[in-house]
Parts: sequence; structure tokens; C-alpha cells
Amino acid sequence: MNGLNIGVLAIQGDVAENIMATKMAMDDLGIEGIVNEIKNPEQITDLDGLIIPGGESTVIGTLSLVNGSLKKIKEKIASGMPVFGICAGLILLSKKAKDRVLGEMDQPLLDFLDVKIERNSFGRQRDSFESEISMEKIGIPKFHGVFIRAPSIIETGRNIEVISKFNEKIVAVKQGKILGTSFHPELTDDLSLHKYFVNLVKEKN
Amino acid sequence: MIPLSGDIADTKGTIKERIGSYSIKRGTSTLKRGFAHMLKNGVVMDVTTVEQAQIAEDAGAVSVMVLDKLPSDVRKAGGVARTASVRVIEEIMDAVTIPIMAKCRIGHVYEAMVLQETNVDMIDESEVLTPVDEFRHIWKWDFTTPFINGARSLGEALRRIEEGAAMIRTKGEPGTGNVAEAVTHIKNVNNELRKIKSIYDSGDEQDLVSAARELKVSYSLVEETASLGRLPVVNFAAGGISTPADAAYLMKLGCDGIFVGSGIFKAEDAKERAQAIVLATTFWEDPDKVKEAQKMIDERQSMLGLDTKNLELRMQERGSTA
Repeated sequence: MNGLNIGVLAIQGDVAENIMATKMAMDDLGIEGIVNEIKNPEQITDLDGLIIPGGESTVIGTLSLVNGSLKKIKEKIASGMPVFGICAGLILLSKKAKDRVLGEMDQPLLDFLDVKIERNSFGRQRDSFESEISMEKIGIPKFHGVFIRAPSIIETGRNIEVISKFNEKIVAVKQGKILGTSFHPELTDDLSLHKYFVNLVKEKN
Repeated sequence: MIPLSGDIADTKGTIKERIGSYSIKRGTSTLKRGFAHMLKNGVVMDVTTVEQAQIAEDAGAVSVMVLDKLPSDVRKAGGVARTASVRVIEEIMDAVTIPIMAKCRIGHVYEAMVLQETNVDMIDESEVLTPVDEFRHIWKWDFTTPFINGARSLGEALRRIEEGAAMIRTKGEPGTGNVAEAVTHIKNVNNELRKIKSIYDSGDEQDLVSAARELKVSYSLVEETASLGRLPVVNFAAGGISTPADAAYLMKLGCDGIFVGSGIFKAEDAKERAQAIVLATTFWEDPDKVKEAQKMIDERQSMLGLDTKNLELRMQERGSTA
């Protein structure tokens, strides 16, 4: 094996922060590999793992549908590639999403995580917040959660492992090799969640 | 990478609260600047009605900016341009899921307060509206809602950041359909950034202090900016963008995303044009995709536009010396 090939979907959103966090996580763990921006479907074939970053889920979904990336990502996840969805990325990985105010949504989704998402679950930007949370189940007892117009998970299927809650709302889940958080680890200095994901990718290979 | 911490740690706009057993913070620099980071590589579109906002969302806009009139109509109408009707903003909030921005007049603290209470996601203290205070912009650290400001030079951008702006857009000349000024402004800012970066790299602190004096901004912010070699907040381009090629060119010049004002809804083919500009902004590195995007629009349907040399009103000059 020549090191891991991890991609960050670079259609829209905070791509650079995730590339940086993943590179630093790999350095810390002493794991060899590359981390690249992924814009085109051809780049997806050789990936060992993918991060879908924060941004606007409607924009990332619509544009990756247009250029064929969405289909390619689906195939890769179905074949077992680990994937980490953050905020908008979590929404895209889910089977169902509704908006807190507008109700049911008809937007392109990857349809893997067996959850129902409530978009903008904590309110608008003025209600965005930072809070300490915990992810004991994956060995991260303390984490600084940065929630920006964040979604939450309102229904979970049988195979879903709930990893973290904030005030009774589910904010992090895992289903096999699929990880999703409604908060932004890439906006903090704490690399533990990116390290956890890099290890998931390494185990798979 | 762009840092997320601001100069002022605990501001009036930062609110500490308890929710259940959690102590939380709202309105921090991380949350304000972080919000802007989520918009990167996206297109923000000016809208005046619910219908336009829905077209924008469907086309893949990352956010919409609510105005009473599009900038080119502000130009035509003359008179005083003020913040949009609260009722219209609320209607649009109830109609789309993407974030909503709205403009207030430069220096108008209470228009901004009204927008914060309306719960818009970001406030644009904008030269498109008639300024109420040419010498003092709003002290944005007092707000929980993040602000964006216009700038046409590095000094102007850094002064706005010092006042608490969480995002910058280069000004261009709004409502003209002419991208010339937007191009000039982003190039100006880039050149000035290169200059202070080279001073920083040379290690000549005295020269960097002189640069800070010229820019009329604190040394620490100049030092931070110089070390990064870019603005310390997300920077979009704005003013006169009308076509996919305009948008792609500004992305090529190094901005983080695009604002389109009159260019979409003053064109005859707004729907296709909105989609095309989003495509060109996303895939600006790929000339073939930009061509495909350009093919989606019809030049005969573009807004006519204005020569920026003979304008009676140069919006870009508003508030730029302060």
C-alpha cells in the first residue's frame, strides 16, 4: 500500500479547513498519504475515503448531481468506502431531510444514513453556538462543538449508532463506515475527530 | 488557512447562556467568520421578491441578499435608498432554506439593529444604500449577527475587519453591469497584499509599522494579514458581474466567491443566467465548463450596462476614506 488517498468534496463550502485538518491528523498519527480537493467524478474512483464538508447542502447536492459526482460517490460508498459528512455533508448522506420552518424538502441526497434530518434545527445564524459536547462511544470524552445553522437528527434507523447529543438532540451518528456530525470539527484546533476518521479509512485498507 | 479568532475576544455581541446543563456562546468570532466560510465558492444573489429568491435558491445560490430595489434601479431612482421592508425579508425567510442577508445604510446602527432582530443571517453595511455617516461605520463587535462590508483597497478592508466585519466583498461599481471596477478592486487588494507580504518576509518590522500607518489600521492586524498573504476573513467579489465569464474571471483572480446584484434579475434570461453563473463559479478552473455555462445565456438578453467612467454617482466612493 502506498499510503491513503483521502478526498474532500470541493464543490462548495469550507474545503480548505478540512484538507488542513485531515493532513494534520495524518501527520500526528504518522500515517502516510495524500489529501486532495475533489471536484470531478474521475477523481473519485481511486479514493480510500471522502469528507463531505460544511456549506449549503442544496448547492453541493445540486452541483454534484449535475456533474455526475453524486452517482460516483454513491457507488464508492456502496462498495464500502468510509465517508465523513459534516453539517451539509451529514444532510447529503441522509435518507430524508426536512427544514425546521419549511417542512419536507425535495433536494438531491445520497440516501445512505438511515436517519431523518431536520435542517436549521437550532435556528438561524444568530442562534448558532459553541458548546462542549461528548463522544464517549468513540473515545472522545470532550469536544468543542461549533454549530453553525446546524441540522440535527430527528429519527434514526436500526443500524444507526448515536455518538453524541446536545440537549437531547442527536448531533453525531455512525453507521458502519459512515460518520456524520452536525457540528464543525474543522473549525477547531482539536484533531481527534479527523484522526478517528483517518483511522476508519486505514482499517478499511 | 484563515484564522477564525478576532482581535477582540469578548465583545458585546458575544452572548453567554445556559441551555439545560450546557453553557453555550453565541456571536463569537469563530461563529461569525465560520458562517462566512460555509459560503465559500458560492454565489450570493440580490433579490427583491419571494419569486426571485426561489429562482435563486433553485439555481444553486448559496444565499440571497434582500433589497428594496436592485442596485441599477437604486441608481435610476435617485433619492434616498434605505434598508428593505421587514415584511418582505420575513416573507423571503419563510420561502427559502438558504441563508438570508440584507443591507443597511453605512453607519446606520438602528437599521442594523432592526435587521438583527428580524433574524437575517448576515448584515451588509452597504454603499449601495445612502450612507448616514461617512466618517464612522457601525461598530460591528456589538452585534451577534455577522456583518459583511465592501472595500476597494486593502486599508479599507482591514479597517472594516477592525470594526468587526466577519466577511469582505470588494466593491466594484454596483448596478452598472460592468465588471471593470470589480476587477480593478480585487487586483488592487491583491497587489497591496503582495506588498505587505514581501515586507513581512523580509523581516523589516519598521517598514511594516509604516505600512500599518499608511493603511490606517492596527499593527497587529497588518502583521496577521501580511503573514497570511491574504485577507484574514472570507473575501467575495461584487459589483457589475453579469455573465458566467465575469464570475469565473473574478474567481481566477483569487476571490472566495461572488455576489451578483442587478446582473441576473435585470437580464431577460434570469433563470438560466442564475444557473449559468453558479456553474461557472463552481467550475471556474475548467474552461470547457465555463464555456458551457456561457452558452446557457444569450448576450442579447444581458442588461445593457453603463460605462463606469462617466457616472454621476460612484457608489464605491461612499465610506471608503473612513
